[in-house]
Amino acid sequence: MSVTVLSRRGFLDTIFSAGALVLSAPLVSEAASKADAAAWHPSVYLGIETDGTVLIVSHRSEMGTGIRSVLPMLLADELDADWKRVKVEQAIGDTRYGSQNTDGSCSIRDFYDAIREAGASARLMLERAAASKWNVPVGECQVKLHQVVHEKSGKKAGLGELVKLASTQQAPKAAELKFKSPADYRYIGKDTPMIDADDIVTGKGQFGYDAKMPGMLIASIERPPVYGSSVAKVDDTEARKVAGVAQTVTLDKFQPPQMFKQLGGVAVLANSTWAAMQARKKLKVEWTASPNAEYESGAYKSKLAEAARKPQKVVRKVGDVDAALAGAAKTHEAEYYVPLLSHAPMEPPAAVAEFKDGKVVTWAATQNPQAVQEAVSEALGIKKEDVTCHVTLLGGGFGRKSKPDYVVEAALLSKKAGKPVKVVWTREDDIRFDYYHAVAAMYMKAGLDASGKTTGWLQRSVFPTIGSTFNADARYGQEFEMGMGWMDVPFDIPNHRAENGPAQNHVRIGWMRSVANIYHAFAVHSFVDELAHLAGKDPVQYLLSTLGPDRKITIPPEGDLKYWNNTMPQEKYPVDTARLRRVIEIAAEKSGWANKKPGNGRALGIAAHRSFLSYIAAVVEIEMGSDGKIRIPRVDFAVDCGTILHPDRVKSQFEGAGVFGASIARMGEITAANGQIQQSNFHNYPVARMNEAPRETHVHIVPSTDLPAGVGEPGVPPIPPAICNAIYRATGKRVRELPLKRHGLA
Amino acid sequence: MIRLKINGTSRQYEGDPDMPLLWFLRDNLELTGTKYGCGMGLCGSCTVHVDGKAARACVTPMKSIEGKNVLTIEGLSAKGDHPLQRAWKQCAVAQCGYCQPGQIMQAASLLKEKPKPTDADIEAAMQGNICRCGTYERIRKAVKIAAGVQA
Repeated sequence: MSVTVLSRRGFLDTIFSAGALVLSAPLVSEAASKADAAAWHPSVYLGIETDGTVLIVSHRSEMGTGIRSVLPMLLADELDADWKRVKVEQAIGDTRYGSQNTDGSCSIRDFYDAIREAGASARLMLERAAASKWNVPVGECQVKLHQVVHEKSGKKAGLGELVKLASTQQAPKAAELKFKSPADYRYIGKDTPMIDADDIVTGKGQFGYDAKMPGMLIASIERPPVYGSSVAKVDDTEARKVAGVAQTVTLDKFQPPQMFKQLGGVAVLANSTWAAMQARKKLKVEWTASPNAEYESGAYKSKLAEAARKPQKVVRKVGDVDAALAGAAKTHEAEYYVPLLSHAPMEPPAAVAEFKDGKVVTWAATQNPQAVQEAVSEALGIKKEDVTCHVTLLGGGFGRKSKPDYVVEAALLSKKAGKPVKVVWTREDDIRFDYYHAVAAMYMKAGLDASGKTTGWLQRSVFPTIGSTFNADARYGQEFEMGMGWMDVPFDIPNHRAENGPAQNHVRIGWMRSVANIYHAFAVHSFVDELAHLAGKDPVQYLLSTLGPDRKITIPPEGDLKYWNNTMPQEKYPVDTARLRRVIEIAAEKSGWANKKPGNGRALGIAAHRSFLSYIAAVVEIEMGSDGKIRIPRVDFAVDCGTILHPDRVKSQFEGAGVFGASIARMGEITAANGQIQQSNFHNYPVARMNEAPRETHVHIVPSTDLPAGVGEPGVPPIPPAICNAIYRATGKRVRELPLKRHGLA
Repeated sequence: MIRLKINGTSRQYEGDPDMPLLWFLRDNLELTGTKYGCGMGLCGSCTVHVDGKAARACVTPMKSIEGKNVLTIEGLSAKGDHPLQRAWKQCAVAQCGYCQPGQIMQAASLLKEKPKPTDADIEAAMQGNICRCGTYERIRKAVKIAAGVQA
């Protein structure tokens, strides 16, 4: 890596004052650099003002993980800056920062090295500046809490005093950099408070819904109720009579593929949110026909399940499954189902945009400001560089806010209205027009030998792919979907085959927290639990024996499919069964598995899953209420996600994942009839409330110096199967179709 | 003309009397700490106090609060140091933070009525407030710390 002192550039002007030392550290995420190394000039920026203020740019979006605080903390720590004199500025969208797509649980993994290098480089340059100023060897100068100190002479200089001199220094080479020992960290590993904590508890935090521009209109949009239809006729007479309404605008139908284009419909623009929402209800819109008008969830489910029972495209093959099943002492088959799900972040999508002089400025709650630039520039036919995307705090994201269709709406409407326009989605809009987490059907069959060992294992999944959002003809699971708990089942089974069948989407399909791992993990970890009971074994013992001896598994390509591994080389991040075994053992031990035998309507259930390169085991305790519904008194997570920077934020992500997983298991279900989504708000798309969430979540972090891996998502996949495995032990009832609400269990 | 007090300041409103208080706070007064989450009183993100009691601003029409005292998160304490706000920070409750002003206002109303709430009291009072990030366990702990009961 090399660090260069940048000439000041346009997009830095908003953040740094003249005279600041501005460093740029190339910061390509490994995934991105492989994709197109030459086209990227990404950087992260650190500035030191002459008054000593250290400015650190957060280029990732804050939606609750703490990333906006923790990455800057890492940089400040490596520089040995005084955190009280650090100001964090949120980056606008710009490819020079590297990937800003805050998605895929990769912020620490992808930027850990580069951020430390930026801090260490600045530290060395400041030390060199002091050494030349005092005419002493650089090795005797050291940055200590915001000043350079020369111990021998007792000389000291604040960082601000050295800015001018430091900026004339040659940027150090990578080999010259020395990194702090973790033992010397001041902020990392110390649960330092989040920078937005004060604003949040006082209501000052600024989210997308709170963004404003002078003279803006507020828009509420009536979208086509069936995916693929568009406005045939509109009568806006009554809508325009509502006080405060400025105009209505009919939005064009998008041309497939969907991508992040807006859905079309009729927008009401008004001078207040209430007027826009009220007037919208008075629109009379006729819609064109759509081939998706036949979409009905019950029939669709049967179709998926039927396809899953038939031979499909092979995505992983070990040994001869057919022979193993034919020769097995016992065979067992099961079908699993997970419905469509909606993200439902507490803040529905919102953005304000102004189109002026051929350029767009927007403030948006977005996980991906560069995707905003691309989508808006395409929709308006302007250059990407002419779209300035400021990022607000996000009131939850979960993957929904990396799809900037709502920002495109705001930009298009601003162009039509000639004024800034804020688009606000209602909760109903959010739930009825999501990029849904895919509905999925899985078929599983296994053969056991006389001792109960699994000798053959067949798994098939069928679901509408996220690929359909980007290529209208896509029908099969994409490489990344197959790489999420499907091609990489780590069991030591001599004959093993994984397959995937085709499905047509009828709504927008998107990624939601932990993505395809949700349904894959539900089937795989429910099924292995079923086999344990069939073999008459303890589920933890059976899981450990099925996992087999400690080893690193290399997943070979199958046909044109390569093992995705979260874009990381398998040599660097192998599938390591020893790490999975360890978390299973820890979760079992900490939950008291051996002593808490099922009884009195209480039982523990376990599931362990590797995703986002992290190894997670969850033991869930459930208790059957007298009303026949479950409660979740306790969850124990054992977590190995490599090196971690902020233990408390790791814990909080797993606490949250327990609740998110409980929502999926208990009550998460989106359905369609006549092509229309039937849910609309929290009364018919409920999510877990305090009394429905795990009451106590214990997060046991495995101390590790391994490479950093994912934290935000990998807690979710083991929860639904662990809950259902616990229910089986408590009641003898095996739940193979989510949600539990359908079975009267929640 | 509807007259009312918001965070101790007299305010007046002329317009659609059916408009919910939420939009008066957010659009007219730029008090954006009170959040929109559902518009149906289902999620609690918009919780404020009306005459000292928790109310959902998204389903409180302006015509229903003539002459009343409204307290929002911005008025809960002068320096952001209400015992609940301090406890919230101590427990690092917030993840995304969007629902937290509503959670805090709901909890403040609970502590007014029941200064030493039990677990059951907390659950009963707080289950109308959704947190999609899943911070419930810390909310429960923070309420207890603020109330000075065993956490």
